[in-house]
Amino acid sequence: MAKVKIYITAKKGILDPAGKAAEAALQSLGYKNASNVHIGKYIELDIQGKQINKEIAEMCQKLLANPIIEDYHFEVSGE
Amino acid sequence: MKFGVVVFPGSNCDHDCYDVIKNVLKQPVEYIWHGDTKLDHFDCLILPGGFSYGDYLRCGAIARFSPVMEKIKIFAEKGGRVIGICNGFQILTEAGLLPGALVRNKGLHFICKHVQIRTENAKTPFTNQLKNGQLLNIPIAHGEGNYVCDPKTLNDLKRYKQIVFTYYGDNPNGSTANIAGICNKKRNVLGMMPHPERASEEVLGSKDGKLIFDSILRHLRSDR
Repeated sequence: MAKVKIYITAKKGILDPAGKAAEAALQSLGYKNASNVHIGKYIELDIQGKQINKEIAEMCQKLLANPIIEDYHFEVSGE
Repeated sequence: MKFGVVVFPGSNCDHDCYDVIKNVLKQPVEYIWHGDTKLDHFDCLILPGGFSYGDYLRCGAIARFSPVMEKIKIFAEKGGRVIGICNGFQILTEAGLLPGALVRNKGLHFICKHVQIRTENAKTPFTNQLKNGQLLNIPIAHGEGNYVCDPKTLNDLKRYKQIVFTYYGDNPNGSTANIAGICNKKRNVLGMMPHPERASEEVLGSKDGKLIFDSILRHLRSDR
């Protein structure tokens, strides 16, 4: 059994209004040193099998991420 | 002319679409449950607005894997007319039937109000009763209506005149090139964020949306 952590983020150039709003809020709280705030998605799952990397990449491309607007990367552990 | 309104779990404009087709356009119409796969007897399919599958993951991302969607792809490939409104537009982009994607509104807010949209291409099955440049008063109601695509796709949309409607005046959601609705290259699939079914009767404040349904009907009749 492997544990997989998947991170999905907006592609560069795609507006991230939630990130912008959080950044503005941080600035107004006085954290002037915080910049480039981006809000993405984090997905965890357990998986069995031999071609885990290939399968997770497929899952991301088909469903979990939209390659038109999002990038993804993932970490597999505990095999 | 037989219309079908596709119902996904979480669709909430299906009854409005059904009502307009049945009582305003006075045409036969049936609901199509997302698990149904018999579409051959329909002339036009409507993917209505709403929050299919709770908008989980991304709007339309899960609906595109409904059994009915595989058949809708085949229906569209054969030239069948498909109109996706709001969530229906989101589903059509997720399914790859239309290019690009719809992301969160620029201002983050869910916006529900009447807007003016401009007809950019009056030579489609969905706009033949309109004139280029004609303004329509049709409401929007969405949180994720900000149309985005890469520069190459945008060039193609312009080159093949696939931009059907744009927002006139203020762009409510920050969409690329003010896009409010696009069609595919073959012109038989339209996706739009504004809700024509909510503006098809005088009592609702505008009848401009009916012109889109009138256009579909005119097109289907001339095609027979």
